[in-house]
Order: sequence, then structure tokens, then C-alpha cells
Amino acid sequence: MKSTFNYIAEIFKAIWSLLTGMKVTAKYFFTPWNNVTQQYPENRDTLVMFDRFRGEVIMPHDEKNEHKCTGCGICEINCPNGSIEIISKSIVNEEGKKKRIIDQHIYHLAMCTFCNLCIKSCPSDAIVMGQNFEHAYWDRVSMTKVLNRPGSKIMEGVKE
Amino acid sequence: MAFEKYDFTPLTQAIHKALIENVSPLLTLIIEWTIIGVLFLLFIAVFGLLLVYVERKVCAAFQQRLGPMRVGPWGLLQTIADFVKLLMKELITPKSVDKFLYNLAPFIVIIVPFLTISVIPFAPGLQALDFDIGIFFVTAVSSVGVIGVLLAGWASNNKYSLIGGMRSGAQIVSYELSVGMSLITMVILAGTMQISEIVEMQRGGWFLFKGHIPAVIAFFIFVIAGTAETNRGPFDLAEAESELTAGFHTEYSGIKFAFFFLAEYINLFIVSAMATIVFLGGWMPFHFGDWAGFNNVMDFIPGLIWFFMKVFGIIFLIMWFKWTFPRLRIDQILTLEWKYLLPINLFNILLMATMVLLGWHW
Repeated sequence: MKSTFNYIAEIFKAIWSLLTGMKVTAKYFFTPWNNVTQQYPENRDTLVMFDRFRGEVIMPHDEKNEHKCTGCGICEINCPNGSIEIISKSIVNEEGKKKRIIDQHIYHLAMCTFCNLCIKSCPSDAIVMGQNFEHAYWDRVSMTKVLNRPGSKIMEGVKE
Repeated sequence: MAFEKYDFTPLTQAIHKALIENVSPLLTLIIEWTIIGVLFLLFIAVFGLLLVYVERKVCAAFQQRLGPMRVGPWGLLQTIADFVKLLMKELITPKSVDKFLYNLAPFIVIIVPFLTISVIPFAPGLQALDFDIGIFFVTAVSSVGVIGVLLAGWASNNKYSLIGGMRSGAQIVSYELSVGMSLITMVILAGTMQISEIVEMQRGGWFLFKGHIPAVIAFFIFVIAGTAETNRGPFDLAEAESELTAGFHTEYSGIKFAFFFLAEYINLFIVSAMATIVFLGGWMPFHFGDWAGFNNVMDFIPGLIWFFMKVFGIIFLIMWFKWTFPRLRIDQILTLEWKYLLPINLFNILLMATMVLLGWHW
């Protein structure tokens, strides 16, 4: 008797669990505006990438053309495949001291695996991941980028 | 009755009369056969392509995707492009296959939908063959397909194909039983196996409502077993892409592969059409009691549209199953059939027989 009851109870439990699954997919089916597919070339103007999307390494500059990079070279050391090259130069500041600053922060986009290690290791948060992902070029020279803009200098008050 | 104006009988009678008056009876027969054959050929090709497109779109919607969007507006020409591609593909015959059986198998598989589709009434007066054993004919003919699947698996000389074919054999032979028995349940209620009469008997109300509890149980068993019989998910372990690399049709390419593919989708249509005919009243409009106004509005929709609306409803249900449930293991499939569906089915037949005997149906 008990086993018969269990048998019938099992059938109803199974139907209930199947219906639960079907409810989930039905919700997906009847809310097509929540679809995740992007019609890419058509929606190019309105496309917003996700916050955590890793498109390329960029160095933000403020309106005075200043960045936060001290040229310490930690990102270069941390890069697993050598996509970053730091070329620094020495200048003499107002106090007459010799100081090492960044000359060129060279980023080889073609070699980058977007692992985010340079950004994690940067002590002054000078570089971040950008959202641009259209990285097709006609020659590989264009894939070597200089991240600090010409004539830019380091921001006031960045710890070295 | 209002929907009699959508009857196709005058049209078919007029064609027959025009032919018989002008040419000899033998030629008339040949011409009529040719017309029907061409119509079914066109229907199967067009409907198969449409179903593939619908499946891809429905599957995409269930997975929060868009599906094919590039070829034609909303990807409407996608399946036609795929079909043209399949037609142009080389027919590769692997080295040590059993040539005769290997080439025979796709034709056996594709023959089944052609045979079964002949008894399906699409609209009033639009039925090619009206046997007095229509239901029996459908169940008998639809089991021929398993021979094609087994042959394909065996003749391919490939262990994955063989496993797929054997699984499919075990599965179809088991579920054939459930399909047959759920149909028997409804035959008890109808008292006839002639399909046109079964449809006619549902003029006052569909069998799903007329036979209430046992009919609903039979309906669900039929849909489950029908899904299994068409080798569709969650019962698609015969072709299980991830384990068996498509099972019995691994070694087929080009148009032979397309035959298997087309047969699968037309079988889906036939299972849905059978469910429609036996449970949902075929091309009969939906009537509710004695609401004359409502019933007249329903009568205004042609039978052909009613039939395809119901068929697509069931096709959608089966697709919903496929894209929701995970694939069953072979032992789970056999457990489901022999320990659950079969006993329920036997009990259900008894229940239906008692009910018909005591007149507890509407």
C-alpha cells in the first residue's frame, strides 16, 4: 500500500518539477525584450558594452592632458606575454633633483590576452580596461599603441 | 452549419468530374494520383523547411537568443539556403559500408511520413485516403521508420552509428506501445477507427473535453510517447550529438542526410496532427456549450486554419519540451516507458472502458 502511494506521489512530484522547468523557459520565451543577442553592426551607435568587458588597455587623461602613470614599470614586469614596454626618461625637476618619468607607455595590442594583470598590479591606477573592441587593422604597426598622449605629464599628487 | 462553406468536397468532385468526362478512367486515376503525389511532395518539402526555421527561432527564444537573422528578413530564407547547400554537397560513401543497406536506409525513413500523411484530414473534404482502419494504419506504418534507423546504424559500419541505431530501436519499439495504447483509449471512446468519422464525432465537442479525465491522461501519454517516437529531445539519445556524434546518421552527407532530417520534422508534424485529430477535433472549430454567438464566430474561421493552429500548438509544446528538459539516459527512458507510462496506460484503458460503458462522458 505504501509503495503504491509512493509510486503515485512520485509521478505528481515529477510532473511538478517538469512544470517548474517549463515555467523558467516560458518566462524566457515570452519576454523577448530580455534577449541577450546583440545585432552588432546595426546597433553600433547605441551598443553599450558591459562594465567588466575587457576591450583594450587605455590610460585615462584628464582635461589638462595629465595622466597618473609614474613609469614604475610594474605593469611591464607583470605582463605574462610582454605586451607592455615602458620607455622612461630622466628629467631634472625644479628642486634640482633627477627624476624618472614616463616617456612612452607602449602597448602591443596584438600580443595582449586581456588578462587584466597590468591593471590589477598598477599602484597608481593609471591604466584601465577600455570598452572598445573593434581591433581589426590593415597592418600590425597600428596595433602597437602609445598609451600616454604626446605632451602629457603626470598628475599632481600621484604617489611614486 | 456555417463552416460547411469551407468544405473542399465540391472542388475535388469538380476536378474528378472534369477528368472523368474528358479522359479514360485509367488516365483519370493516374492524373489524380500524380496531383496528390505532387501536392504531398511540395507540402513535405515546404513544411519541413518551415518547421526547421520555426524550430531554430523557437529554440533561440527559449535560450534568450534571436536565432537566424541574416539571410532574408528575420532570417526567413535561412533554411532554403541550408537546403540548397545540402543539395550541392558531395554524397560521401564510406569505404566499408554495406552499400545496398546504406543507400536504402534514408529512403525507408522518408517513406514513412509519405505514407502516414495520406490519411490526415487537413480540412473538410481534404483527405487523400479514408480507411476504416485509419488509426491502425498510422500506428502500423509509423513503425516502419525504425527499420530505416536500424539499417542506417548497422550499415554505416561505425560503432557510434550502431549504438545510436540500437538505442533508437529499443526506444521506438517501447514507445510504440504507449502511442498505440493511448490511441486505443480514444478509439474506445470514439467507437471507430475511421479518421473522418472520428473528426465528425467531435463536432459537438473535442474528445479531450468529451472524455475528460482519461482523455487528458491519454493526451499527455500520447504527447510524451510521440515525442519519444520522433527521436526528439528529451528522448533524443539515439542521435545525442555530444556522445554519439549524431548517432545513426553520422556517416550520411548531402541529400541523404537531408532525408533523415526532413523525415524527423515531418514525423513531428504527423505526431502533432494525430494528436490534433484524435484529441483536439481535427479541423473542427472550438465550440463552447450553447453560446451561439461565440460558436458562430469560431465557425467563421476555415477548417484548414483551425487544423494548422492546433498542429502548431502541439508542435510548440513538443519544442518546449525539447528545449527545457535534459536528455534522459537509456535506462531512464526504459524505466519511464515500462514502469510508468505502460501501467498508467493500461489503467487508463480500463477507466475509459468503464466510463464509456456507464455513459459518464459527454
